[in-house]
Amino acid sequence: MGKYNVTIGLEMHCEVSKTASKVFSNAKNEYTDIANSNISPYDMGFPGVLPVVNKEAVRMSLMMGEILNCHPPKYMYFERKNYYYPDMPKNYQITQNPPEECAGMGGYIDIEREDGSTFRVDIDNIHLEEDSARMTHLYDTSIIDYNRAAVPLLELVTGPCLHSAEDAVAFLEYIRAIYQYCGISEADSKKGQVRCDVNISISEDDTLGTKVEMKNVNSFSGVHDAIVYEVKRQSELKDAGRYDEVEQETRRWDEETGTTIRMRSKVDAIDYKYFVEPNIPKFKITEEWLEKIRKSIPELPYERKAKYMTNYSLSAYDAGILIKDINIASYFENCINLGCDPKIVANWITGNILGYVYKNDIEIQNLFVTPERLTIILSSMAKGDISSKQAKELFSMVLEREEEPKEIMKKEGMQQISDDTTITSVIIEVLDENKEQITDYKNGKTNMFDYFVGQVMKKTRGQANPVKVKEILTNELANR
Amino acid sequence: MKYMNLSITEIHEKLKNGEVTSEELISESLELTHIVQEKCNAFVTIFDDAKKENDTDSLLSGIPYGIKDNYSTKGALTTGSSNTLRDYIPFFDATAVSKLSSLGAIPVNKTAMDEFGLGGTGTTGATGVQRNPWDLTRMCAGSSSGSAAAVAAGVYPYALGSDTGDSIRKPAAFCGIVGYKPTYGMISRYGLFPFASSLDHCGVLTRYVRDAAIVVDAIKGIDEADMTSWDSSHIHLNDDLNADVSGKKLFYIKELCDLANYQNATEELKAHLNNFHETLKICKNLGMQVDEVSIDPKLIRAIPSVYQVISCAEATSNLSNLTGLIFGPRGEGDNYLEMMKDHRTKGFSPLIKRRLVIGSYVLQTQNQERYFKNAQRARRLIVDAIKEQFKKYDAMVSPVSTGPAKLLDGSVDMLNEDTLALEDQLQIGNFGGFPSITIPNGFINDLPVGINITGECFEDQKVLNIAYALESSMDYKGQIAPLIGGDK
Repeated sequence: MGKYNVTIGLEMHCEVSKTASKVFSNAKNEYTDIANSNISPYDMGFPGVLPVVNKEAVRMSLMMGEILNCHPPKYMYFERKNYYYPDMPKNYQITQNPPEECAGMGGYIDIEREDGSTFRVDIDNIHLEEDSARMTHLYDTSIIDYNRAAVPLLELVTGPCLHSAEDAVAFLEYIRAIYQYCGISEADSKKGQVRCDVNISISEDDTLGTKVEMKNVNSFSGVHDAIVYEVKRQSELKDAGRYDEVEQETRRWDEETGTTIRMRSKVDAIDYKYFVEPNIPKFKITEEWLEKIRKSIPELPYERKAKYMTNYSLSAYDAGILIKDINIASYFENCINLGCDPKIVANWITGNILGYVYKNDIEIQNLFVTPERLTIILSSMAKGDISSKQAKELFSMVLEREEEPKEIMKKEGMQQISDDTTITSVIIEVLDENKEQITDYKNGKTNMFDYFVGQVMKKTRGQANPVKVKEILTNELANR
Repeated sequence: MKYMNLSITEIHEKLKNGEVTSEELISESLELTHIVQEKCNAFVTIFDDAKKENDTDSLLSGIPYGIKDNYSTKGALTTGSSNTLRDYIPFFDATAVSKLSSLGAIPVNKTAMDEFGLGGTGTTGATGVQRNPWDLTRMCAGSSSGSAAAVAAGVYPYALGSDTGDSIRKPAAFCGIVGYKPTYGMISRYGLFPFASSLDHCGVLTRYVRDAAIVVDAIKGIDEADMTSWDSSHIHLNDDLNADVSGKKLFYIKELCDLANYQNATEELKAHLNNFHETLKICKNLGMQVDEVSIDPKLIRAIPSVYQVISCAEATSNLSNLTGLIFGPRGEGDNYLEMMKDHRTKGFSPLIKRRLVIGSYVLQTQNQERYFKNAQRARRLIVDAIKEQFKKYDAMVSPVSTGPAKLLDGSVDMLNEDTLALEDQLQIGNFGGFPSITIPNGFINDLPVGINITGECFEDQKVLNIAYALESSMDYKGQIAPLIGGDK
């Protein structure tokens, strides 16, 4: 990334979406487009409300701490972060305040790159807090949806240890996968469940340059682009001998223009006046509970990746793609359980299926071609009922028409002709019609062979088994 | 007065034997409410249409009572005596209120208070000053000023109060009644407008110790809406009330109670401390041991500032939900910040604004260590010093305030450096979350004064038993203020 050393630290906020209720109130924790429908008096800060800690959210936060090799807290407690903003109706947020004790402190995690190399990311801390309400800023007015207020939020803070946009994204993608695998969060950026703050500095040597913070980057591609943009901006200033213009400040990543815009300088930093939340008594985190949590950690993405490589002989690259999203991995495993060949399914998923999913911006779990339907297509192909070309066509038709594969195969007369007699009779027909071409072939124009195959395919509307066609055609030509 | 001057058990008996109906009690209580409103300005809201909702076996069923205006009451104006909540009608009940409702108790009014409980005089509420029913030229003390005035004047046998520094126990003394704040967390704070959460307690003002036991029995209990509440289902304050206290050991703090500490003592203070020591003799006559104990004077002197720092800091944060955006009168302005500023500038009294500035100051990063964190450390030291005594003693006794109710016209300076700690010492009960009760123990210049009994956490029964025994040995039990004097 250019001639300067780039240092990146990330703050990844992920909403916990898998608890029944919110972190400090009993309102439902469920994403919905109907504004202000999942709210309790607490979420709107009515006088006299009190926070009640959701134990399940605490359990999840401790589990993440364990996965990230953090020190667990001896006691769990919360702090108030005081600031006035309309998205925070109490005008304070209940959070944790590292380096004071929080869900997890001082850990690390190793990340695998696509090329198989690995790098280690230092985890400064992971802490549990409540989310704010969602604000939408319109031209001359802003609207507030309190559904999101008091939804549990895990904030993960890395050390300044990343050095490229690619590594930053690889790390974020892996953490997102962990959240999904552990049943903590859907971690869906489209629902605003994952938001990142990115800290960047550049330097010519080992010292750290001036840190610039970019707030509320709402997608991983945004993180990538924001890093690239900000490194370029800072590098250009440094090249021009104007590095002193890089100020310790907070900037906002603007998705639309692809630029970062100054929000506030370090000197304008807000004094949050933290103090321990008095309404939540400190509670002891016992070793027994931690042990139970450790034992309940499910298979993690890299463990699954290794399993795919060993058990199914998949390449690191393919296995890496499959495990990135638990829904993709589940789709893959469902297909295998239905009897599909792992390698063929893996190829289909990484090729046709993800191609379609990404292009159309849909979720694999919502794809009309479910593992069951895909299994029908692939088994028809395996049995030789349809050709691989037909299988691809069928896949597209199923998606397009949203009909069952069997129905389409029937309607379209889509079946492979593998019967020797039928194929032979078509070949004889073709050869009889192309006597001159046979002579050419016999005289050494071997590429006429493909011409004959093409004619057979044309007459059978592509349904003839190409292997059989070649086999019989070779015999028939020899007999002429 | 026919019935409202009686105790809860007496009224309950008369309801049961058909001598009186709940409707008659309500109308008597409302009639008295209007008289006391006229004389003392004790109420924010009067429920003229109050009626019996449900009949239960509870001792409280069918009996009127008052609710301090910082308890959230569903469907009824609840202002905390602040203009920031001028028209606020909550849609949920505080746990204490809903418990009383389910037992058939009947609220007849919401009592006035110092704005949000920040104030100890009963003079800072949005509806004006509460006057003491014993002498209308004097204050009730606060912040449960309306509740104290109403109970003292015999409007009903009890009213809910809240206590962050001494907000139940001092007005009780000034109004000649009983004020009880149980152990922290015994009564759920859900629905109580917060002042300083780590110091806030729910409690009750009554004219009899037994009545205090009955009401707290009814409203205590673990509440899943308040994480600081605890299970007290094994405690039955009324059933176990026992006047046999012989062998109990009491202590009082020399640095507070010895007249020799006050070189410029007023006649009132002298009389008050003498009266306190007279009451200690009664304690001894009841078979109790009373010892004088010395506590590090540095800790005693620190009490008022520790309280000021911690309570203001927490209040600054607790009251920051008052923006006029979601509830409360909308401020004027071109954007939310201006609207919020306008709302708060117009809504808060000068006293609150001063305290919020202090709170904000002591919480600032550069000041926090010096003020807020040190105040928390000092709080811990004070509590530890008292807890050390509770290992040897059953309870601490102390005189409440420096004498009887102060004049409203301010002709007597309240802030005397010498007596500041004595004035504020009941805050120890809030620092430690200790059960603490004030009962009347005499008169000075025809005005009531009180004595306080404070015990170790969870030992509410012991504290009430001592108060009950003492109350029975003095002549001030169940007394009603004459509602005389004053220019109004």
